[in-house]
Amino acid sequence: MSAVIDSGHAHDEHAHGPYGGVMRWVTTTNHKDIGTLYLWFSFTMFLVGGMLALAIRAELFQPGLQFWHPEFFNQLTTMHGLIMVFGAIMPAFVGFANWQVPMMIGAPDMAFARLNNWSFWMLPVAATLLVGSFFVPGGASAAGWTIYAPLSTQMGPGMDLAIFALHIMGASSIMGSINIITTILNMRAPGMTLIRMPLFVWTWLITAYLLIAVMPVLAGAITMLLTDRHFGTSFFNAAGGGDPVMFQHIFWFFGHPEVYIMILPGFGIISQVIPAFSRKPLFGYSSMVYATASIAVLSFIVWAHHMFTVGMPTAGILFFMYATVLIAVPTGVKVFNWLTTMWRGSMSFETPMLFAVGFIFVFTMGGFTGLILAIMPIDIQLQDTYYVVAHFHYVLVAGSLFSLFAGFYFWVPKWTGRMYDEKLGKWHFWLSIIFFNVTFFPMHFLGLAGMPRRIPDYALQFAGFNEIASIGAFAFGLSQILFLWIALKVTVLGRGEEAGQRPWDGADTLEWTHLPSPAPYHSFHEQPVLG
Amino acid sequence: MTQPTENRGKANRKLMGRLLVVVAVMFGFGFALVPFYEKICEVTGIRNVFQPDAAAAQSTQVDATRNVSVEFDANTQRLPWTFKPLQASVSVHPGEVTQIVYEVRNTLERPVTGQAVPSYSPQQAALYFRKMECFCFRQQTLAPGEARRLPVVFVIDPKLPPELNTVTLSYTFFEVNGARGSGG
Repeated sequence: MSAVIDSGHAHDEHAHGPYGGVMRWVTTTNHKDIGTLYLWFSFTMFLVGGMLALAIRAELFQPGLQFWHPEFFNQLTTMHGLIMVFGAIMPAFVGFANWQVPMMIGAPDMAFARLNNWSFWMLPVAATLLVGSFFVPGGASAAGWTIYAPLSTQMGPGMDLAIFALHIMGASSIMGSINIITTILNMRAPGMTLIRMPLFVWTWLITAYLLIAVMPVLAGAITMLLTDRHFGTSFFNAAGGGDPVMFQHIFWFFGHPEVYIMILPGFGIISQVIPAFSRKPLFGYSSMVYATASIAVLSFIVWAHHMFTVGMPTAGILFFMYATVLIAVPTGVKVFNWLTTMWRGSMSFETPMLFAVGFIFVFTMGGFTGLILAIMPIDIQLQDTYYVVAHFHYVLVAGSLFSLFAGFYFWVPKWTGRMYDEKLGKWHFWLSIIFFNVTFFPMHFLGLAGMPRRIPDYALQFAGFNEIASIGAFAFGLSQILFLWIALKVTVLGRGEEAGQRPWDGADTLEWTHLPSPAPYHSFHEQPVLG
Repeated sequence: MTQPTENRGKANRKLMGRLLVVVAVMFGFGFALVPFYEKICEVTGIRNVFQPDAAAAQSTQVDATRNVSVEFDANTQRLPWTFKPLQASVSVHPGEVTQIVYEVRNTLERPVTGQAVPSYSPQQAALYFRKMECFCFRQQTLAPGEARRLPVVFVIDPKLPPELNTVTLSYTFFEVNGARGSGG
């Protein structure tokens, strides 16, 4: 079958393959190269954000101030959040989209190849601004990743750098999303109707729509911040007739869809991995598509559940509470579909499947704590406590990050033509899931006991659980060095046994059935025709 | 390939154009949330700083048994006006309708429009401080060098918690469209 792909390149001016050296990466318009760039960039940012997290956990290992001033501690929490959200998780999913979407729909490349290059190369610029803001007078932004006014309207130049970085990252995301939507809608192989697309492609299509709908709103909000800071407007300055609470409304109008932007492509990856290792088709394919779309639509009407304590009319609080609880329905549909896909499947547990099953287990716990937080009377107690920190790390680390790991182990044989080290991969999974829980499970108890988030010091009764969480965090961080080694070994060093065209016998999407491993630099120049 | 490359390129650019329109509309939508939010706050009565307090008429019961000291404060922000209350403080009974006067002068050589925003200290007192008439309900435009006396008519609600003996009313004047103005 692969013969279809390998022939017929003679008339293609790019048939000679990539340029050599650094310029290959700077000038590349190839979706696979750009996907690789995105993935390495996001992993680098993941390590940077991770080191900030360890600096936080080192300070919190015991009560009292050990290492950092409180001001710097606030910079650490802020930058950890911004870097992980905008530098690590989002670009990583775009990296997967670049690699996989064209191959899974039988397209030769992304729709706008040069725009794709631009989308990526804006990111290192933004990352430099963001990380560089630590070194300006006053240090980096310390207003939390949510950059709430009036803190954010008062801070030093570090805040301006963060605003510019967010503008650039937002522009990059918007360009990337336009590219992904156009690719999916216009470049599918003949016969691949929308309702036959692999679920990863579906989830990315919906995510890309979410991105173009809400990233401009964030851009607007931070533009207002910028004009409030420098041009005398009073959008959020109460003394000038503005309202700081309005910033929270606008921010979370972006922010809630944003959290689904960070998980929906993860759902897509899991929906590819689970059927492949259960050797059964995905249970309830169309209900999965509808569930994803429902989650996306609902995400626009629940934003104020992040701000139950700011003072809202009771009717408003009730509306946002019920709407939030409603999201559990489509999410539950997804979880049950994954479980039913596994039911009586002939399952095997290679590393991608381990991460996928681990994802379902731990993400569902995060979903449940989300439901608890959605209940307004409880949320008023738990607002801004470690319970919230535990909740969103359960869905973002054990959710988004584990799905990214699952996707990496699943597809890296196709990308490199070699199998990753299965033994080390299993070690990576077990270390990650155990120490993830050691780190974050105690945070539920800390939050229930009333420990506020974003503080460098705490009351003595919280010491025990904080100690456990810090030990877990350092072990979790070290486990990711193991992942770095696994990834280097299979990609850069090119070590590992050769993977055939279809190393996972249960995987049946186009990249497995129609392309050799490694996937050729230019694939699907002749589009496959699906019967 | 089912469709020729040039047709596909055209279709792609067309779709991109549409998606860019979505992006532009959503950028505008973010800003449209500002008046929308203000309207919601006005309709639900969460933030009605620019409207006279209607409840004042009912509470004419003067509580002569206690005195509350009301202090007045005046500020300007990035606006070269002089702005001060003609009296630093008054002592009133709760329920008693009182008028005081602020004076404002435009020191610039051009007409300037300003808006005053009230605030209260302690914050709790805001619930019980009712202004029937205030220059802060509308914008004030002052000719070059013009001085103007601005009255405030208020009443302290007799339900004011007994532990509050002193209430401060503070105004800050802002230039309307301050960003574009050359003053400062």
